[in-house]
Amino acid sequence: MAKYNLIINGKKAQVEADADTPILWVIRDTIGLKGTKFGCGMGLCGACTVHLNGQAIRSCQTPISSVKATAKITTIEGISANIDHLVQKAWIQEQVPQCGYCQSGQIMSAVALLKSNPTPTDEDIDTYMAGNICRCGTYERIRKAIHVAANEMKKK
Amino acid sequence: MENNSINRRNFLKYTGLSGAGLVLGISNANAAVVTATAVVETGQALSLLTPYIIIEKTGKITIFNTKPEIGQGTFQSIPALIAEELGISSDQYEIKQTSGESKFGPMQMSGGSMSVRLNYNELRKVGAAAREMLITAAAKQWNVSEVECTAENAKVTHQPTGKTLTYGELVETAAKLEVPKNPTLKDPKDFKILGKSAKRQDIPLKVSGRAVFGIDAELPNMVYASVERCPVFGSKLKDFDKTATLKVAGVEQVVEVERVFGVYKTTGVAVVATNYWAALKGRKALKVNWDYQGKEHFNSTDYTQHLRDLARNEGVIDKSEGDFDKIFAESVQKVEAFYETPFVSHSTMEAMNCTAHWHENGNLEIWTSTQVSSDTVRDMMSRFGLKEENITLHTCFNGGGFGRRLAIDFIIEAVNLAKTIKKPVKLIWTREDDTQLGPFRPPTFSALKGALTAEGKLAAFQHKVISPTILSFLNPAFDKTKVDETMVEGISHQAYEMPNMKNVFVYADIHVPLLWWRSVTSSTLAFSHECFIDELAHKAGKDPMTFRLEMLTKESDTKRVLQKLKEVSNWDRPLPKGKGRGVAQWSFFAGLAGQVIEVTKLSDNSVKIDKVYVVIDLGTVVNPDTVKAQMEGAVIMGITAATKNGIT
Repeated sequence: MAKYNLIINGKKAQVEADADTPILWVIRDTIGLKGTKFGCGMGLCGACTVHLNGQAIRSCQTPISSVKATAKITTIEGISANIDHLVQKAWIQEQVPQCGYCQSGQIMSAVALLKSNPTPTDEDIDTYMAGNICRCGTYERIRKAIHVAANEMKKK
Repeated sequence: MENNSINRRNFLKYTGLSGAGLVLGISNANAAVVTATAVVETGQALSLLTPYIIIEKTGKITIFNTKPEIGQGTFQSIPALIAEELGISSDQYEIKQTSGESKFGPMQMSGGSMSVRLNYNELRKVGAAAREMLITAAAKQWNVSEVECTAENAKVTHQPTGKTLTYGELVETAAKLEVPKNPTLKDPKDFKILGKSAKRQDIPLKVSGRAVFGIDAELPNMVYASVERCPVFGSKLKDFDKTATLKVAGVEQVVEVERVFGVYKTTGVAVVATNYWAALKGRKALKVNWDYQGKEHFNSTDYTQHLRDLARNEGVIDKSEGDFDKIFAESVQKVEAFYETPFVSHSTMEAMNCTAHWHENGNLEIWTSTQVSSDTVRDMMSRFGLKEENITLHTCFNGGGFGRRLAIDFIIEAVNLAKTIKKPVKLIWTREDDTQLGPFRPPTFSALKGALTAEGKLAAFQHKVISPTILSFLNPAFDKTKVDETMVEGISHQAYEMPNMKNVFVYADIHVPLLWWRSVTSSTLAFSHECFIDELAHKAGKDPMTFRLEMLTKESDTKRVLQKLKEVSNWDRPLPKGKGRGVAQWSFFAGLAGQVIEVTKLSDNSVKIDKVYVVIDLGTVVNPDTVKAQMEGAVIMGITAATKNGIT
């Protein structure tokens, strides 16, 4: 066990964990932010997606020892305080989630996509979002909601 | 989290309403109201109009959802049935999930497309009864006739004078009234919620990480566990060496734990640690010896051959009309085909998990994602000799169900473990466990035979189902000599007019755990049945849509669905070279549906799906957008099952 300094959603935290502990479990069980989900533990499903300095990463594949103390981790809880991020609003408008378990990861990937590509085509979306699996099969609505969010962002 | 405890209330009256108990009472005690997301402690005395509705004097209204939310939308649709008749709008109430408390009836479960279908009128009556009581209370207070009063937007209005009283102001008086046994239901043309696409109340929670799933349970002093179970089904635990495991930092204990799935029982080795990562590392360090009981040679290839061999058996007749054997023997134009479907995993995004806590006083508390709240409580009562008041279940949002969470093997396992280690424990299956250990959709094979007349009309048709059965796992008294009706579901009431037809069932033994998988046999038998209809159409040289409609001469729902499908898909419009389309229809638990799929043949001979047209007839619908969402998702899940590998 070692001590690690983290910045999660703008707040500093000090945690104790083994060096190889994936930050998924630190975020969920040590910090207590349960919005980030465990899906496969192998980086295959995307349910655990968070941002590290704005980049979408799989938290189940990111050992805590690899995260610098100055790095900024953002989870689903950190993208808005009142569920009013444009991507979240688009997700509500299009009624995307069914069971909802994968949707934190889907949204975190979508936010990162729109940051790097504010006007994605269907193909861009399919390629970028391919690592986020939804067993309920909400892909059509995810694509639609990303377009809605992109259009809203353009207006701002 | 604290559950809404029934014994804190003084119940004044009890009356029955078609199985759905209607309880009426007043509480003077401070009450805890739990929503699916957060605990709301309220100092306000509250009144309970039926167990399904709480109206507080402040005007706050809570409606209980008895059907676990697995993605299918019951968190919105079930309370909507009550809210519509109660006369409140969608933003005027909070929703709380019930967790198997007997006051909410014995059927707190989601499965078999039953939730709305079997509760549509009963839950409306619950809302209507409460509405009538509130109106009576208002009329009494104003000393006017009830017929002059209306209830809408959580208040009663006296129409002639425009006077109003809110439900909160009325509830104390209303709660003292007799519960009407046959309240008048609204005329559907006056519906404000039902039948209209509505925003689901769980969605804001699910886009913000606030929805609480079973895996999100958190208790003080809780430990985490991962269980090593034998990948060979039917094995027994011989012994294990935990030396290396106990050296892993954070690992506290290594103990045996039993998983029970109906008649199927296995013992695994649980690694208990202060954090889940340590439990996983400790599990990797375990050395376990299994006695495979001769089952290590079981494999999909041999079993597939076994099912093919069984197809030669006569089987048991499920349904027979006319004389299939005679007509088939005499026919010149014959087609025979064999269809196989593999084991399929449910693969819910949230892997199986359960958090269990045996309190010092012997009470049991459980947090989990389950489709069967009532069953879970009942099972725990009989399994551990507990009374209902000794068990508190917290049914959370399910990260997918698809039938997997109709079984409670993972709950029993966690509760067993918590009992052994005497600590609150969260047991999480890994994705590998979830994929490897079943239960699976049964591999269902179909042997089909058909004969045509000289004019290319269907003369004889036989569908023989060769399948292991789910019930043989769940019911120790299962009779292998009879037709398992759940395994021929769909073909028994298939819609085509067939002059000489026979459905036959051949039982196949298996020791691999099986369970219902979304749509159950509609995903296996519809495939074989409808594909074979195409083979016959092809043999007859007829268009598959025309061939089907020719077997539907009488007016029927199936005929209407196919005709509608033909129209919306522009079936008669020719497709360019390299493109094609197909059609299928099926009746299932809750209605019937048909699809036309357009595809393009790619250069490598694979197929790209261009478009899927779905026509569905469900009768009455609570939320059309939820139905649409289910269709979208079901198409994806069906295509996944059809085109990706099964479990081998």
